Amino acid sequence: MSWTWFHRFGSPPYFYRFAGRWAPWFLGISIVLLLIGLYGGLVTAPVDYFQSEVYRIIYVHVPSSHLALLSYTWMALAAAIGLIWRIKVCHAIAAACAPAGASFTALSLVTGMIWGQPTWGTWWTWDPRLISQLFVLFFFLGYMALRGSIEDRDRADRASAVLAIVGVVNIPIVKYSVIWWNSLHQPATLIREGGPGMPIEMLWPLLVMLAAFTFYFLAIMLMRARVEVLRRERSGTWLREELARTA
Amino acid sequence: MSEFLDMKGYGIYVWPAYALTLGALWLNVWIARRQLRAARAEARRRLAMLEQNP
Repeated sequence: MSWTWFHRFGSPPYFYRFAGRWAPWFLGISIVLLLIGLYGGLVTAPVDYFQSEVYRIIYVHVPSSHLALLSYTWMALAAAIGLIWRIKVCHAIAAACAPAGASFTALSLVTGMIWGQPTWGTWWTWDPRLISQLFVLFFFLGYMALRGSIEDRDRADRASAVLAIVGVVNIPIVKYSVIWWNSLHQPATLIREGGPGMPIEMLWPLLVMLAAFTFYFLAIMLMRARVEVLRRERSGTWLREELARTA
Repeated sequence: MSEFLDMKGYGIYVWPAYALTLGALWLNVWIARRQLRAARAEARRRLAMLEQNP
């Protein structure tokens, strides 16, 4: 297997241009999918027998929760690669994941609370799934606070990478909390034994929304990573060329 | 239409959840674009300073 592609991505100019080329496409795809998913989730999906119309929160709650875990895992992976192979672009990618990840973890918690009030009768309960997801938010916020508190960028990269890697232990706990403990939170809808527990008319909008959010994450991550690459670049002729081109 | 908005009485839960989600999606893009502009301007200033006193 050739590793040249890997090294190419490690070069700031290549990555900066790659991200600039692809981010608008990913964002465009996600907007189209989002519109289709919203229409499906709000209009064509039938009413749920047990939960009536309130179950429609699933179409924003599950994708934001998925995004929270996806962005944390991606952040920890990029941080680990950056730490082990000392690749600056990877640290830039890790740092780019945190603000979007934190906002989607918060969104997952808030939409869950809005769903919890009418179905469980409470906004919040100290349930394993809820607590572990709250810890994802704390790890994101801690990661950003740690980065912000260290002046030297290389040291901030390394220290925050360690924190990100430590926090990844929490991710499988979030995922399996509804199986390991007797949780108030309903178990997984999609990935479970015997296939998805939903009829196809309810299922397809959820899958489309999940795809929309995944493309959205890729777009935001690339946009933010470009910012981080720019901040890390001290000089460099490529930067001069690039800035002249986008004047 | 009002029946659709009411969502069998659950509209007060469903619509805020959707509004917050779309708001968060929009805000993330807005902040990222603004930061990219700011980072470009900052990089230009840095390069100009380097040219003046290399």
